Amino acid sequence: MRINCPLCGTRDRREFTYYGDAVYANRPAEGAPIEAWDDYLHLRDNPAGETRDLWYHELGCSAWIEVTRNTVTHEISATRLLTDRKKPAKRGKKT
Amino acid sequence: MPSLIEKTACDGLLPVTEAGMTLSECVPLRITSVAPLAGKDRAFGAALKAMGLGWPKPGQSLANGEAKTVWSGRDQAFLIGVTPDGLDDLAAMTDQSDGWARMRLEGPGTEAVLARLVPLDLRATAFPVGSAARTGLNHMMMVLCRTEDAAFEIMVFRSMAASAVHELHHAMKAIAARTAAL
Ligand SMILES: [Zn+2]
Repeated sequence: MRINCPLCGTRDRREFTYYGDAVYANRPAEGAPIEAWDDYLHLRDNPAGETRDLWYHELGCSAWIEVTRNTVTHEISATRLLTDRKKPAKRGKKT
Repeated sequence: MPSLIEKTACDGLLPVTEAGMTLSECVPLRITSVAPLAGKDRAFGAALKAMGLGWPKPGQSLANGEAKTVWSGRDQAFLIGVTPDGLDDLAAMTDQSDGWARMRLEGPGTEAVLARLVPLDLRATAFPVGSAARTGLNHMMMVLCRTEDAAFEIMVFRSMAASAVHELHHAMKAIAARTAAL
């Protein structure tokens, strides 16, 4: 299995550490209700199909990567740096 | 106060030679981890250019004689062989000179030696001179650069020096034995 690090290119799976569902990057806001924290810490979907994980390029460049993969086919369809999730959507050209 | 003896990371371990391949310790040079401050990447890149170097792209190393920059991660690189004077306002810097073991593996068959330990395609077509990678040397973290057609530079944490030499020398002996048997 190979994972495409957006910085290093495709690398052997042994270079990466799995960290769990990508929702772990969506930390509830300060003062969020206790249910939101319970959900964030303990409750995970278990989809048959597309899911998103966090992977750490530990034996590589130390980047955190969001991997979109399919739990049925094992296909990895997309990877991006976790930091790129925070960028605002690109605006269209002004007309 | 006892008098302490200054030793390099691979003191007493290197050089070793097998079948025309040599693993040796690089001359100790200043190693600085550099990360441009927010909004200063252009100015920092220009300062590196003025040294005959430049900011490396991911997977790249730029050399000028002994001096070089080596990409080491997102917005981060190593500056080697240069005393980074006058750069304090442009980049966050840490002196890591004593933290690394730097080795040079050269000679025919070095690609085959590294192929036993490194999960990367290191053929010259995929990893030409000037390439750099952070990857694994077996189970150890490594910074690898191809400095010449038949020469690689290997950086591992100083605490891993003996293990790295052991792994590399073992692989060199195995390749030497194979070559002799052919
Ligand atoms: Zn990477």
